[in-house]
Amino acid sequence: MTTIPQGAGAVRDQSEAATETTADAADPKLPPPVVWADERLGVAKGFGLFKKVFPDHWSFLLGEIAMYSLIICLITGTFLTFWFVPSMGHVIYDGSFVPLKGVGMSEAYASTLNISFDIKGGLLIRQLHHWAALLFIVGIALHVARVFFTGAFRKPREINWVIGTVLSLLACIEGFAGYSLPDDLLSGTGIRAMNGFMSSAPVIGTYLTFFVFGGQFPGELIIPRLYIAHVLLLPAILVGLFAVHIFLVFWHKHTQYPGPGRTNNNVVGFPLLPVYTAKAGGFFFIVFGVTALIAAVVTINPVWAYGPYDPGQVTAGSQPDFYMWFSDGALRLLPGWMEFSIFGVTFSPQIFLGSLVLLPLVWIILGAYPFVEQWITGDKREHHLLDRPRNAPVRTAVGAAAISMYLVLAVATINDIIAIKLHLSINDITVALRVLFFILPVIVFMVVKRLCLSLQRADRELVLHGTESGRIMRTPEGRFYEVHEELNEFDRWHLVQHEAQRPLSLTAGPDTDEYGVERPVGPLESMRRKLSEFYFKDRIEPVTPSELAAAHHHGEAEALPGGQARAIKESVERADETAGLRSDDRT
Amino acid sequence: MSKLATYRRSPIALIVLLFLGLTFTGTAYAALQPTAPADAYSASNASEDVDDVEEGRKLFLANCASCHGKNAEGNGTAGPSLAGVGAAAVDFQVGTGRMPLAAPGVQAPANPNQVNFSQQEIDQLAAFVASLGPGPDVPDEEYTDLENADIANGGMIFRTNCAMCHNSSAQGGALTRGKFAPDLMGVEPSHMYSAMLTGPQSMPVFNDATITPQEKENVIAFIVNIEEGGNSFGGHDLGSIGPAGDAVFIWTIGIGLLIGAAVWLGRKAA
Repeated sequence: MTTIPQGAGAVRDQSEAATETTADAADPKLPPPVVWADERLGVAKGFGLFKKVFPDHWSFLLGEIAMYSLIICLITGTFLTFWFVPSMGHVIYDGSFVPLKGVGMSEAYASTLNISFDIKGGLLIRQLHHWAALLFIVGIALHVARVFFTGAFRKPREINWVIGTVLSLLACIEGFAGYSLPDDLLSGTGIRAMNGFMSSAPVIGTYLTFFVFGGQFPGELIIPRLYIAHVLLLPAILVGLFAVHIFLVFWHKHTQYPGPGRTNNNVVGFPLLPVYTAKAGGFFFIVFGVTALIAAVVTINPVWAYGPYDPGQVTAGSQPDFYMWFSDGALRLLPGWMEFSIFGVTFSPQIFLGSLVLLPLVWIILGAYPFVEQWITGDKREHHLLDRPRNAPVRTAVGAAAISMYLVLAVATINDIIAIKLHLSINDITVALRVLFFILPVIVFMVVKRLCLSLQRADRELVLHGTESGRIMRTPEGRFYEVHEELNEFDRWHLVQHEAQRPLSLTAGPDTDEYGVERPVGPLESMRRKLSEFYFKDRIEPVTPSELAAAHHHGEAEALPGGQARAIKESVERADETAGLRSDDRT
Repeated sequence: MSKLATYRRSPIALIVLLFLGLTFTGTAYAALQPTAPADAYSASNASEDVDDVEEGRKLFLANCASCHGKNAEGNGTAGPSLAGVGAAAVDFQVGTGRMPLAAPGVQAPANPNQVNFSQQEIDQLAAFVASLGPGPDVPDEEYTDLENADIANGGMIFRTNCAMCHNSSAQGGALTRGKFAPDLMGVEPSHMYSAMLTGPQSMPVFNDATITPQEKENVIAFIVNIEEGGNSFGGHDLGSIGPAGDAVFIWTIGIGLLIGAAVWLGRKAA
């Protein structure tokens, strides 16, 4: 029996009572300003929104971390624009940071120093902006992982998944643009890397860089251009797409984890008003508070320590912010001998592959995954109940393998930091990572898939035989056995509710017609069957009621169906009711 | 004039011209060659105390000769010849605990806890090595006391010449095959000066023509300023290793705090 949280009913009663007491004579239900607004704008229609039910789980808050970080970035970013000068015009610094006094630098860098040292609260806001930006992308990454591993991208949410992938790409570009603005030694090196990426494009590379930089690197245009992208263009697209993203969450209603009373046709959770608003609103303040705390006690991007950008200088330990690591790491791992020349034109695939190919490729694969999986499974049904990751072993293993591949690339970016901190040879690290890039995903895939299958077996074992009680019984004949305690219906439900996907070879019938002649199968369909086999060949079927009944050695054949099932349903609904949870039909 | 012109096509003319040309170029080069201040290279060791050299030789034979050879002539891969490395090299290598080498490796690491010689003994060793051939002398006090040093100028020189290996905050950086440019925090100003002058291990030599003594002092002042917290604004620096530190922090403590809060909120009933 799950514990039933207390006190929910009281909150609900109070809020309802409050609404009633403030109601005016004009309308017995609504306060006068609402009536006034409703008569003019019809706002009361929107009140239905407040009744929207949201299921509660900590992992659903990961996306909210990203959302709130975005809001923090917007607020703090606005503050920074009041003082930041997006210009590469040359000035001699004469502010209060002594180690740079009298040094020539761009206005962008000088104004960043000014914000850091001479504007009240400037440094705190700068650090808050940067930490929130990192947190934004961490939140997105974890949110993507949650959605992926629980299968929340399945029909009808594929479009929202694609919007989400575009959002994550934009977030990285936005971060990179912002990171480049202060024109310090590190960010200038980053822009130089971007310049190199573009130059590596075959044939058009040089034209492309001249177009973007308005001439030779560095020129005087790139910072103003990145600035307008960072403060206007990208935020506008980000916020707009995000609005669609969140609207679709409302439209589809949120997915929920499987559990007693949670079906594919309902959504069980707290209504938006008052409970979920209070929780989500409270969480905003927690996120803001924690980010502010971090910004107050931990330095980020100390541009004054890097010095102004000068194309002739570079610092050891130059890394971009972590979200660009995989690309930078790919450049560090790709071997230099790939470069070649034809008719005096140099081609640099060792840069091209790691940047202009890899960057779009990652997001294309990410965006296409729901469609690929749907094509393989042929499952066209709507899914509102989330998968437990172990119940989709191959998907989980594929995801983990992809993450391991990504991490190898990301770690390659800090090969120099690892070398110096662990006293290793940077060459050995690079060679090891090159090997790991190909081997680790395979190992991770196999290990994770086996882990998932083992966990499923353990679930079956638990359902069929219950938990060990530790009590040893002796029968009159002298036989010893340990008493196993059966799971209660609530706990059991989590372990038996899912369906195991079966490969097409089982569901689509035999590949032969009634005369035993093999049906002609196109290459695409043949690949689909192979992939389906790859995905669902190894599977653990959930315990069926009859299996459960057979396992109960005391002849409880009528274990689950019928009257008992109805009794469970009713008791679940009673428990939810007490907890203040509402069930909302999906229509 | 006409007589000279008749010799113009003589075969000897070519040789004479070549001789004149080479002589002129050589003389001009010798005259215009950038010269280092005389005091940086103690060409003559006449002023050195002969006793110091003798004491230094004894110390050398006891502690260094096994690798560098009895007369510091070098011993293949075990140790290079020390003729001409100068007193500055000895002061740096022995004074920072790099020499005597604790164990063979890609690079001698600094070992400030293993300096088993007094300053006097180091000076004696230096005197002996300096007596083997002319080399850079230990830095003048004038350039290591950091008085009247220009930190901003030092920073510019540091970022141009040093930061690519030592990191812009002098936190050190990796080189190839396990070699590294060390962290410069806590290094004695005189040792930093000697290092620039002698170019130990993988480090290039920055002689007084490349970076003048005053500029060297500026660079040292810049590093010491970092060490004394001159760059420490805005909270904990996470090791001053740039975005790598930030990434580790946000992916552990940062997001950890928020996931903790999320779990707490998720468990909390309405």
